[in-house]
Amino acid sequence: MDSTTLTAPNYLNNGHTWQSWLLTRDHKRIAILYLISISAFFALGGLFALMIRLELMTPAGDLFGAETYNKVFTMHGVAMVFFFLIPSIPATLGNFLVPMMIGAKDLAFPRINLLSWYIYVLGGLFTVAAVTLGGVDTGWTFYTPYSTAASNTHVILTGLGVFISGFSSILTGLNFIVTIHKMRAPGMTWFRLPLFIWAHYATSLIQILGTPVVAIAIALVALERLFHIGVFDPTLGGDPVLYQHLFWFYSHPAVYIMVLPAMGVISELIAAFARKEIFGYKFVAFSSLGIALVGFFVWGHHMYVSSQSAFAGMVFSILTYMVAIPSAIKVFNWTATLYRGSIAYSAPMIYAFGFLGLFLVGGLTGLFLGALGLDVHVHDTYFVVAHFHYVMVGGTIMAYLGGLHYWWPKMFGRMYSEAWARFAALVIFVGFNLTFFPQFIVGYLGMPRRYHAYPPEFQVLNVLSTAGATILGIGYLIPMIYLVYSLRKGEPAPANPWGATGLEWQTTSPPPLENFHEIPIVTEPAYAYAKQETHVG
Amino acid sequence: MASVDSSHVHHSALQHHFESLEQQKESSIFGMWLFLVTEVLFFGGMFMAYVLYRTWYPDAWLAASHHLDVTLGAVNTAVLIGSSLTMAMAVRAAQLGQRTAQVVFILATMFLGFVFLGIKAVEYSDKFAHHLVPGPNFRFEDATVARQAQIFFSVYFAMTGMHALHMVIGAGLLTWILIGAIKGRFTPEYHTPVELIGLYWHFVDIIWIFLFPLLYLVGHH
Amino acid sequence: MTTGHIASKGLYFTIFAALMVLTAVTVGITYVDLGDLNLVVALGIACTKALLVVLFFMHMRWSHRLTHVAAITAIAFLVILFAFTLGDYFSRGALGELGR
Repeated sequence: MDSTTLTAPNYLNNGHTWQSWLLTRDHKRIAILYLISISAFFALGGLFALMIRLELMTPAGDLFGAETYNKVFTMHGVAMVFFFLIPSIPATLGNFLVPMMIGAKDLAFPRINLLSWYIYVLGGLFTVAAVTLGGVDTGWTFYTPYSTAASNTHVILTGLGVFISGFSSILTGLNFIVTIHKMRAPGMTWFRLPLFIWAHYATSLIQILGTPVVAIAIALVALERLFHIGVFDPTLGGDPVLYQHLFWFYSHPAVYIMVLPAMGVISELIAAFARKEIFGYKFVAFSSLGIALVGFFVWGHHMYVSSQSAFAGMVFSILTYMVAIPSAIKVFNWTATLYRGSIAYSAPMIYAFGFLGLFLVGGLTGLFLGALGLDVHVHDTYFVVAHFHYVMVGGTIMAYLGGLHYWWPKMFGRMYSEAWARFAALVIFVGFNLTFFPQFIVGYLGMPRRYHAYPPEFQVLNVLSTAGATILGIGYLIPMIYLVYSLRKGEPAPANPWGATGLEWQTTSPPPLENFHEIPIVTEPAYAYAKQETHVG
Repeated sequence: MASVDSSHVHHSALQHHFESLEQQKESSIFGMWLFLVTEVLFFGGMFMAYVLYRTWYPDAWLAASHHLDVTLGAVNTAVLIGSSLTMAMAVRAAQLGQRTAQVVFILATMFLGFVFLGIKAVEYSDKFAHHLVPGPNFRFEDATVARQAQIFFSVYFAMTGMHALHMVIGAGLLTWILIGAIKGRFTPEYHTPVELIGLYWHFVDIIWIFLFPLLYLVGHH
Repeated sequence: MTTGHIASKGLYFTIFAALMVLTAVTVGITYVDLGDLNLVVALGIACTKALLVVLFFMHMRWSHRLTHVAAITAIAFLVILFAFTLGDYFSRGALGELGR
């Protein structure tokens, strides 16, 4: 439509030198720096996934030896969890949108924002170095005493990479919390904030409170390897399970760092593409805080069979059922929003629908795992693997892609090909289910995770899974192509291509350097769509 | 110092994305408190290890703790509390625009910090000499608790080592504000960096306030 | 005004003196055998000292409610870490072992 915004001064054409990007303090440019680097780690993690699925096409461990396979699934987990999923939505969409959605010119601490990216890259480099030098084979969970006393792989190097990247996560969370408290535009009260902001606020709380504990857990593993400090060493009377307590104290809330921002995205997508305010706004807002809080009380459900006491197991189990409630509230409220909404099936909305179905399956199977007795049977099987891929990939990545598409015109001033986008979304949905649904079955039947070989009766399901993974991989490649293509050849985007509410849509696409020509004054609630007329018959 | 345009006065320290120095200062202080929250949880993980192993091995804990020098520990505690006093005075001097006093108090804080680290170095080398560093050279006179005593010293070195690292970083940060103070950067209107470093320094003092009794004063017969 | 609350020198020196006294007390009381109470007293004194530093040296006494919330949250989550982890260790064997 209006192509003059592409040539008018905006944050993208404000300087084309290396320095203007690598020394930027603009949250929008930093978001793009993150976008590029997390995409690189997604590709790396995806490569390892491909290697896993290739090995598992046949029952025999014929592609790799067992030790190599251990390294492959470890690096897949490390790359995907710490360097893709944890930063993905907050560091890209969050960084870009948090100031805009609240009507601010930037985050509270722009230099710390840039620092957080450099810290992320540094952590990533240590991890890539570990991969290049031969990898690490402990699993992304680095359980002791294997990681401290037995593994002869690059535990410290990888641990250092993860430790360093934790600071990036902490600084991002810190920045968001201060920004949301202190820099809202006039009239932007807490209950007028978009639910994306509530979700990122809750996520930031988890980042602040949880990350330091995994940092010390990893640091103690490194100290034990380097200086023989025997805190987890059973030969001295140390307890390896203490490591698990410290590790999961963070790593369970970490899954909410991964999914809460995704839920924030889904709230925005559903409101926009049903053209309706989110049903039960306050319930959804408070449910984000509820998930963040109760999420800290459930970590022992990863430790049911670790020699943790049965009593603790029961307590963690009941709390695990309770943490499902706020998530369920969101799903009910999104569904209620869709009811009698004016639904447009644009690509972002297809991803949102995908999220609803897949997160539902993932969340419900989490309840299976939360039941103490059942978990004893499916712990460390592919049932667990399928569960967390449904929530992390079927949930988070679907929401991430949906959000990327939804805000792409805003970020880059270009529209992408809607036909290709819808096609890719469907390919991803099909590929995803074909990859991971068989894993529920094969896991329930007893196939263990983290093994490079398996009994022949599981082969058919594994072949289906590998076929699905191939389709899924192709599905992920397609957006990379048409989105990059759109940067040059896409239709210039108007300020508000979707007709959505929200301050980010009140400014040009791409936005000017300081986001708004004039700081807006907010007078309306978050999703002030005109009420739909209800027709009978 | 301040530039005037037709609409309002901008303090040279005001960053463009903030509306006022007040907003900027409140945001910075809140940000530092949030960072200290992360530090509480960071050290907290090690305190968790301490709590568990002291509960499990009270005899080893007592025997091992006897090898720590209470006098040196107490002196270090006093030194660090003194450095918190001088740090608070440095902030106060900045609030009052007293340039010389700022410099003197920051220097005093750094000096006391180095005294602390010096005493710590003495203690550590004593541990080395007496084979009390965990690892292949560890020797403990009481064989019945020797293994668990090694865990005590693991916790001791991990916690005091991490604390000392924070002090070294603090010394670096103090150097940064020392330079700023000498250059006259800090005034009653703007002295946020001094306050921020002050908060950090006091926090490091608080960690030691807990480490001292937990490591040195486990109990004496 | 961005200067914030300016405490008096007298207040700072008083707090310093209190901290020194408490340090002396905590050392001295180690040599008195109170059994399990020794640990409670030591922690109580440490908490008092920490509180003095936080309230007066760190100006929490005169700062926004938000900083109070941050500090209390840190302690609360530390308590959660301790409580649930120790809850596991203290209840080992209480209900028998899983699968037996």
